[in-house]
Amino acid sequence: MATPLDNSSRLVFSPLHRLQWEESQRKYVILYPEGMVELNLPAAEILKLCDGTRTLDVIVVELEQTFETSGLRDDILEMIESALENGWIRILS
Amino acid sequence: MAGSESYPSGTPRWLLAELTYSCPLQCPYCSNPIDYADHTHELSTDEWRRVFTEARAMGAVQLGLSGGEPLIRKDLPALVEHARELGYYTNLISSGYGLTEEKIVELKMAGLDHIQISIQAPEKTLNNYLAGTDSYEQKKTAAQLIKQHGYPMVLCVVIHRHNIHLMHEILEMAVELGADYLELANTQYYGWAHLNRDALLPTREQFETAEAIAQEYKEKLRGRMKIYYVVPDYYEDRPKACMNGWGTTFLTIAPDGMALPCHEARILPGLNCPNVRQMSLRDIWETSEAFNRFRNFDWMEEPCRTCPEKSKDFGGCRCQAYLLTGDMNATDPVCSLSPQRDKVEQAINEALTASLDPAEPLIFRNSRNSKTLSKPTD
Ligand code: SF4
Ligand code: SF4
Repeated sequence: MATPLDNSSRLVFSPLHRLQWEESQRKYVILYPEGMVELNLPAAEILKLCDGTRTLDVIVVELEQTFETSGLRDDILEMIESALENGWIRILS
Repeated sequence: MAGSESYPSGTPRWLLAELTYSCPLQCPYCSNPIDYADHTHELSTDEWRRVFTEARAMGAVQLGLSGGEPLIRKDLPALVEHARELGYYTNLISSGYGLTEEKIVELKMAGLDHIQISIQAPEKTLNNYLAGTDSYEQKKTAAQLIKQHGYPMVLCVVIHRHNIHLMHEILEMAVELGADYLELANTQYYGWAHLNRDALLPTREQFETAEAIAQEYKEKLRGRMKIYYVVPDYYEDRPKACMNGWGTTFLTIAPDGMALPCHEARILPGLNCPNVRQMSLRDIWETSEAFNRFRNFDWMEEPCRTCPEKSKDFGGCRCQAYLLTGDMNATDPVCSLSPQRDKVEQAINEALTASLDPAEPLIFRNSRNSKTLSKPTD
């Protein structure tokens, strides 16, 4: 079944969903058949990096650089796990 | 007004474009109006483009292309392309009949996001009987092609007395076809379904058995297939929050350009639904009488008017209230607080009596029946 998530897992956004900026709501949203989820900014930043080339480790490092902070790993991991569960992203093996 | 009683205000998020009433199928539960054959003056490609553009500018993001059978429109790829450019998430809601590989590819290139197809029953004879057309094999092939070409696939099965005993088989068929979503839509009794209600409405026992099976699969398939179970509201004791509140979220445009707050609203007497040929979508949404008619709570009668639950269900469905009581302002009789709940019980009993007669005929949805039935009787 599902590949387990580890630090070197490469993550990719699901081809069955679409991530897009909605100007009228000033928010990123995920669109899927007959539905929509609104995202907060950190969640959108994480998901945008799930492009099939980056691993979990790389995503953490990049976001910590972008936001000039450290200790983001747990929050990012939590978001990634829920995104996997919702089918928004997948693990490339 | 107390905060909990404020009516939600919003812009249309969902645009349902009913591109045509033409359809090669004849489902006896079709939600199109009985007199659909009288509304033939379809919007042109440019008129649809303008509708999509205006709704998108107001904030609509989900676009449903339905019908009838939307594949009948030759300009479907052009419309999809325009929708994609505007940034819609575009859903094709089709019977799957006539959905060839060539069209699947062409629509993908035009930017279509998702395809929903419906199958009437998990076996050939019953499917073809209910659809009024030999379509079972084609639908199954279409389902496979949709997956092969990388679309998310929603399989929709409308549930009623002729297929409710096949719940297991329906779920297994969805698994076999690799559906990403399965919509188990208990028939809602409007349009043709209302006409055929005695022959379609299952018994309470049948509902409960079927629902238990659906719940069991929901657990079993978690993470693999999402199951949407649309509840049969005759067996509930509170009505649906119809359309998420009148004029808050949904905007339907009928094939002839009539703008509807809900796709059944055409039947409501004196509603005077506006037409996109005469008015801009913004005016329709904001100022037209029809879209304001059931916004807020002022129109309500008792018991809704003073009910603490009114901001939860808005008094239920206006079309259902009208169809069952003859008064579109009445409490939806599905509600156990409605003084007319007996109308629903009566419908249930009539269907039960009819179910004892296996020959109870179905009236199929086709132009001939539409013309005969919409003739004024005198
Ligand atoms: S419900 Fe059946 S008859 Fe009605 S539009 Fe859909 S496929 Fe055609
Ligand atoms: S009385 Fe009206 S508002 Fe109250 S629960 Fe019933 S339908 Fe809803």
